[in-house]
Amino acid sequence: MRRAFVQALTELADRDPRVLLLTGDLGFMAVEPFAERHPERFVNVGVAEQNMVGMATGLAEAGYTPFVYSIATFAALRSYEFIRNGPVLHDLPVRIVGVGPGLDYGANGITHWALEDVAVLRPLPGLAVIAPADDPQTASAVSATAGIAGPAYLRLARMGPAIAGLDGRFALGRAHVLGEGADIALVALGNMAPAAVEAQALLAASGVAARVVIVSCVRPAPTHDLVQALLDVPLALSVESHYVDGGVGSLTAEVVAENGLATRLVRAGVRRSPVGETGSAEFLHDRHGLSARALAATALDQLARKPLPLRRSA
Amino acid sequence: MIEQSKRANVGHIGSSLSVADILGTLYAGVLQGGGPSDPERDRFVLSKGHASLALYAALHETGVIDGEELASFCVDGSRLGTHPDHVLPGVDFSTGSLGHGLSLATGSALAARLSGSPRRTFALMSDAECNEGSVWEAVMFAAHHELASLVLIVDVNGQQALGYTHEVLDLSPLDEKWRAFGWDVHTVDGHDCDAMRAVLDGLAPTGAPHVLLARTVFGRGVSYMEREIAWHYLPMDDRQYAAALSELAVAESRREVAA
Repeated sequence: MRRAFVQALTELADRDPRVLLLTGDLGFMAVEPFAERHPERFVNVGVAEQNMVGMATGLAEAGYTPFVYSIATFAALRSYEFIRNGPVLHDLPVRIVGVGPGLDYGANGITHWALEDVAVLRPLPGLAVIAPADDPQTASAVSATAGIAGPAYLRLARMGPAIAGLDGRFALGRAHVLGEGADIALVALGNMAPAAVEAQALLAASGVAARVVIVSCVRPAPTHDLVQALLDVPLALSVESHYVDGGVGSLTAEVVAENGLATRLVRAGVRRSPVGETGSAEFLHDRHGLSARALAATALDQLARKPLPLRRSA
Repeated sequence: MIEQSKRANVGHIGSSLSVADILGTLYAGVLQGGGPSDPERDRFVLSKGHASLALYAALHETGVIDGEELASFCVDGSRLGTHPDHVLPGVDFSTGSLGHGLSLATGSALAARLSGSPRRTFALMSDAECNEGSVWEAVMFAAHHELASLVLIVDVNGQQALGYTHEVLDLSPLDEKWRAFGWDVHTVDGHDCDAMRAVLDGLAPTGAPHVLLARTVFGRGVSYMEREIAWHYLPMDDRQYAAALSELAVAESRREVAA
């Protein structure tokens, strides 16, 4: 998604002279096309994420639209308070771009795994939280930021092969449903959409009809779409490369509870400290129950469980 | 400041008195522009947000906020808290978290360069704020990019919340630190408005960013507060309030006689 992002951002900068790209000394083999086309609007601020976000706030107050780029843990977590007291508190159009959702950085290890970024950013008032599912949707999301007056966070995977049927669609506050299966809904956050789609196929082979709900805009929350997508399914399985608390599983729980849906929710995500075990993202996703195979197995296991009888008072 | 601090029964008086002459200098003709809504105005970042009372006084003196608003300091529902909020006209940035303001100001100065604007950005920081690592990120950036439109004033009163800076985390030699980082360094008396004005008017428009290390006295003008750590937080009782007003009135009349 990095290259799709930079290409879309370069095109956005062609149209909008306010757009800047600041990087915290990251983006090798990714940010160069922007730097070559708009050298005066590209700044490598050095390895200094706090200052990068603070400066972006000063730039945005003066009318610019700075995109600040780093690995998601550094972009979102190192500079978290500067995000809160800067673009969020002042409602300014700073775009925080964090690469490497969840376990995406694989063997780079836990310092590079953004497992709580969505949880800590989701409560911030007026901050759009966007997690594209593939390259075409990344391009659409970058274009869509032109319509966001306040701040935004973009959570980008390193790779983002196109998902059939999504067709690059993106809209703020919307989720996208693939398939009409009514046995189970797989509610996937951003980069986990491909695994959910693959699990959907595995389940079909086992006679289970699943729909995939792709949540690529966490804030503003796609409440209406989630309600519509979950209204007629007995079971939802949330899927995220993130700690299981605070992300799309929690969002789904909130929507289910606040709208009185009868859907039972099971959450897939990182449930234990991942310290001490590294490897490829594929390996890690499987270890944490997030591979297509593991998701399908969880779905079948949960579908086989009898629902708890409702306790009625006399 | 004394009246509002007493009425609201809140502290941070010493920190505000420490920078009153600096703010007086900035707001008496140094800051240029057509008021808070002029996009080409000079920007000012009160990075040591806990001295908000001094900023409110300056905004009142320059007619940006009226007396009624000033008198709402710390009243329920007010826009005037003990740290400044950008919703108040004349406050360019909300501050209060130390180590944030210089990055805001550096971005503001970079914006002026990118848009070819001659406006300047001023920031006022406390000396203890230099404990924050983020300060030095901005210090390096501004020097590397030669942001000469950036003017930083450091309120060197030698004190912080729980002690003197040389006891808590020694900053010396502060001037050599800034010089080593590539800044244009000026050591000034932070209570000599004319001297500060002369330095500010003479800063080079190109080259290194500028820092004024303003030597100040914490609690300046109120004898029992001066250089006393406790007055970082304490509010005044009635007797202390009367003494403070009396001492400042005497000082003011002496100043008028001298002028």
